Amino acid sequence: MINFEYIRVATAKAAVDALVKDGVAQWIAGGTNLVDLMKKGVTAPQKLIDINNLALKEIKKEGSKLRIGALALNSAVADSELVQKEQPLLAQALQAGASQQIRNMATVGGNMMQRTRCPYFYNTDMPCNKRQPGQGCGALKGYNRMHAIFGASDKCIAVHPSDMCVALAALDATVQVTGPKGSRSIPFLSFHRLPGELPQKDNTLERGELITGIEIPQNAFAKSTHYLKVRDRSSYAFALVSVAAAVDMQRNAIRDVRLAMGGVAHKPWRLTAAENFLKGKEATEANFGQAAQLAIQGAKGYGHNNFKLKLAPNAIVEALKTAVGKS
Amino acid sequence: MPHKKPAPNPNEEGGPAQGRRDFLKQSSLLAAIAAMPPLLVKAADAQLDEKAAAYFEKLPLSVEVNGVTHRLSIEPRTTLLDLLREQLALTGTKKGCDHGQCGACTVHVDGQRVLSCLSLAVMQEGKKVTTIEGLANGENLHPMQEAFIKHDGFQCGYCTPGQIMSGIACIREGHAGSDDEIREYMSGNICRCGAYPNIVKAIADVKKGGQRI
Ligand SMILES: Cc1cc2nc3c(=O)[nH]c(=O)nc-3n(C[C@H](O)[C@H](O)[C@H](O)COP(=O)(O)OP(=O)(O)OC[C@H]3O[C@@H](n4cnc5c(N)ncnc54)[C@H](O)[C@@H]3O)c2cc1C
Ligand code: SF4
Ligand code: FES
Ligand code: FES
Repeated sequence: MINFEYIRVATAKAAVDALVKDGVAQWIAGGTNLVDLMKKGVTAPQKLIDINNLALKEIKKEGSKLRIGALALNSAVADSELVQKEQPLLAQALQAGASQQIRNMATVGGNMMQRTRCPYFYNTDMPCNKRQPGQGCGALKGYNRMHAIFGASDKCIAVHPSDMCVALAALDATVQVTGPKGSRSIPFLSFHRLPGELPQKDNTLERGELITGIEIPQNAFAKSTHYLKVRDRSSYAFALVSVAAAVDMQRNAIRDVRLAMGGVAHKPWRLTAAENFLKGKEATEANFGQAAQLAIQGAKGYGHNNFKLKLAPNAIVEALKTAVGKS
Repeated sequence: MPHKKPAPNPNEEGGPAQGRRDFLKQSSLLAAIAAMPPLLVKAADAQLDEKAAAYFEKLPLSVEVNGVTHRLSIEPRTTLLDLLREQLALTGTKKGCDHGQCGACTVHVDGQRVLSCLSLAVMQEGKKVTTIEGLANGENLHPMQEAFIKHDGFQCGYCTPGQIMSGIACIREGHAGSDDEIREYMSGNICRCGAYPNIVKAIADVKKGGQRI
């Protein structure tokens, strides 16, 4: 790891000012992704701005919404009684990610900003458009078992690795940010982006925009949620595919439902067509199966990841069955 | 990262004083590096590493490790793991993968288990760190250490300090309610020798014993 300067800041404004002033600086929160990438030489900021002293750790109700500060630790959110009671899907997704040691360090903001785990991105001897635009995508015709089946481009077929974000996408969260031009709120589905022609850009933040927190609107899903994560070993691995399912049941009928997938696209992938199909229908395996088929229309494999085309619909059905207590 | 020989606290403050000339040298080289395009800096890194490091400003750090307060002067890129092992000669904490994937480097910071290989030492200012060396009370082993011996919770022993630090935290957090829960919450600690069944037994035993740990 090359050396760097290090400063601490105490307010969001100071954090933004310090980053805008210095083109080679980067914020550091838990460091679990950034320090790793710096050790590998994937990124080499010449100055780190430590934002851990910012007062952005709170988890609380604000009106009907649940508000979580950007520096709340992944373990604190997962273990929060408020989160477990009101938004259990979020707690389930966090518990499925990383390890307790990493969750004790990782923050909500850092989790959203974590880079892809594409092995070509991580290996500086390999070509990668995300790391070095114009180099070509090593995964496209290479070993692409972990890669996207939705929304990829021939510039990049990487997936976003976060579990937490899949739950937040399903729950219609919003992201609060503050930057040089003021503050704004971004719908979660517009936060991460598809690779298109600019695979180096993971999300829609402008340089200097700091995530201050997320808000989740109230919902009626708390009784029937499930986060299903399919991976190569039963824990401490990134998802091959994952499904966040939240259902609002009225007797045996589905009044409302939210579905999102991880491990399949450059961003958390919301399954709107499947949701619309299921609304008002009975919670039967046949209906879940039809919804899953709708969900994977347009999916495309790249060779090693063709198995996801089968695994994804199966995972959707399983997640729905477990969410409504029928598995 | 440069490997220094473990010597007892070479960087405690009061070491070689930094004169004004040293400082001037530092700032000019910093400016030179800052002016280079990042890629070039990276390419030059391999050769420049040792030399350039000396010119970068070291930062003061005050941190408590196993009850002893250390006032140090460190490079920002020093990880907590390297600080413990290379500068404080506390080699009980192991370096396995150095990338957050194995748990061998697990320590407690302000009572929480974290990975010291992904923690920057400068970010531990004012914090209390506990390592495997800080568990025993004189000749009396910590109950978790006793339990690992009793249940044969290791073979080669390389992962063991991390397992023990993690196991203690697992109980304190209230995540040791069943063998399944222990397995899930210990999943960040990999054991190449596969001592898992006995590790789970050791943790479950300490939990059952109900001692304050
Ligand atoms: C071995 C291992 C296994 C893992 N497994 C999983 C897994 O299974 N599932 C999963 O979801 N994740 C997993 N992770 C990833 C982990 O969740 C992320 O590393 C973590 O969430 C990043 O948070 P952080 O606070 O440490 O971010 P940092 O490393 O501090 O920062 C990451 C990036 O975010 C930026 N940033 C941080 N905070 C803000 C903010 N408030 N506003 C704007 N930018 C910000 C930083 O500048 C940096 O670029 C794993 C990580 C490791 C090392
Ligand atoms: S998939 Fe994306 S991240 Fe992976 S090599 Fe291709 S461009 Fe890089
Ligand atoms: S050495 Fe830190 S997790 Fe492996
Ligand atoms: S005892 Fe050898 S690695 Fe665990």
